[in-house]
Amino acid sequence: MESLTFRHTTRKPLPGAVQSAITGVVASGNLEVLLERVLPPDACEVSIETPVTGYAAVWEAVVADFVARAQPGGLRISINDGGARPDTVSLRLLQGARLMEA
Amino acid sequence: MSPASTDPQALSWYEASARQRVAALADPGSFREFLGPTERVTSPHLPLFDLPRAFDDGIVVGRATLDGKPVLVAAQEGRFMGGAFGEVHGAKLIGLLRAALDVRPAAVLILFDTGGVRLQEANAGETAIAEAMRAIADLRAAGVPVIGLIGGRAGAYGGGGLIAGTCSRLAVSEGGRISVSGPEVIETNKGAEEFDSRDRALVWRTMGGKHRRLIGGADAFADDTVAAFRAAALDLIARAPAFDLATLEAEQARLEARIARFGDCRDATEIWARLGVNDPEAVPAMTTAAFDETAARVEEAHHDAR
Repeated sequence: MESLTFRHTTRKPLPGAVQSAITGVVASGNLEVLLERVLPPDACEVSIETPVTGYAAVWEAVVADFVARAQPGGLRISINDGGARPDTVSLRLLQGARLMEA
Repeated sequence: MSPASTDPQALSWYEASARQRVAALADPGSFREFLGPTERVTSPHLPLFDLPRAFDDGIVVGRATLDGKPVLVAAQEGRFMGGAFGEVHGAKLIGLLRAALDVRPAAVLILFDTGGVRLQEANAGETAIAEAMRAIADLRAAGVPVIGLIGGRAGAYGGGGLIAGTCSRLAVSEGGRISVSGPEVIETNKGAEEFDSRDRALVWRTMGGKHRRLIGGADAFADDTVAAFRAAALDLIARAPAFDLATLEAEQARLEARIARFGDCRDATEIWARLGVNDPEAVPAMTTAAFDETAARVEEAHHDAR
């Protein structure tokens, strides 16, 4: 297993007041994303547990792209990966952010 | 924590996740989860095998209301490790069942979606199966119905099939399957001539929802929608059998009669013919309405034996 953590500063907090949400399932080619509104409003932390090692650079790029697009300030995001492709990861992260905005 | 709103009339039980099933099955907004994902009660064993964990260990448990009545609900996630029972997964189900003895809800609903015991934590999983069956027996003896709903992609296999056998009532859909040894297990042990696991039609004829309903192994046949399973659950709660010596002796007698009557059959279609189904070959393609009419005419479909 490989554990990765990425910390970002955002320009603004994620809108909405939902305290936590989860989306996706740990299955082959899929992942689960747990989002919790527990950080300062300009901070976002994404931590990943993945059985597929050696792709830290790809994860870093996908997470940076998500943070730039969603501005998920205040969120601690925890991922259990089942070997998802980068596009699936992007989709789940955006789904999760949308659930938190509800 | 519930996912985006979904129409239970249209939501496929088979396609839905465990969380979506629970949210759409219960009265809107009534579900409260115990030990939810933010508590991170995860498997202590999977990291030893370099395998990913799930924040809920593949099972969602909690309380809700169904038509205003309090129920406890457990839903297995069939896509996480085949919905298999590990130590935490099993403990969450057993804890819920034991809590029901104190809470005395109108029913406990178990949304099965499991291949059985998780091989990486097999001892804990096997123990959980036994403890769950004991807890269900205690609950039924106390007069709390335990209803199993089966229509997920993993079916109810292995120990999950055993637990299903101890429930008060079962509802199953076309996609649902109930058995103990799965198709691949039988083929591995007895050969493809005995059971060809790649023959999908054979698998569903032998273990699928329609067959289980016709021989009385399941008490309701539901369309593959959350709304149909909700209607089936409400109906089955209202007609749960007593759990007493007379019921158990009747079940034993019916099981003995079943093996005497059908023990020499080579295929489920032979069993359906002996049950009095006019056109057994047509059963797999029947619509739910046509199938319900057929099942209503079959006497064995209406007894309590699994």
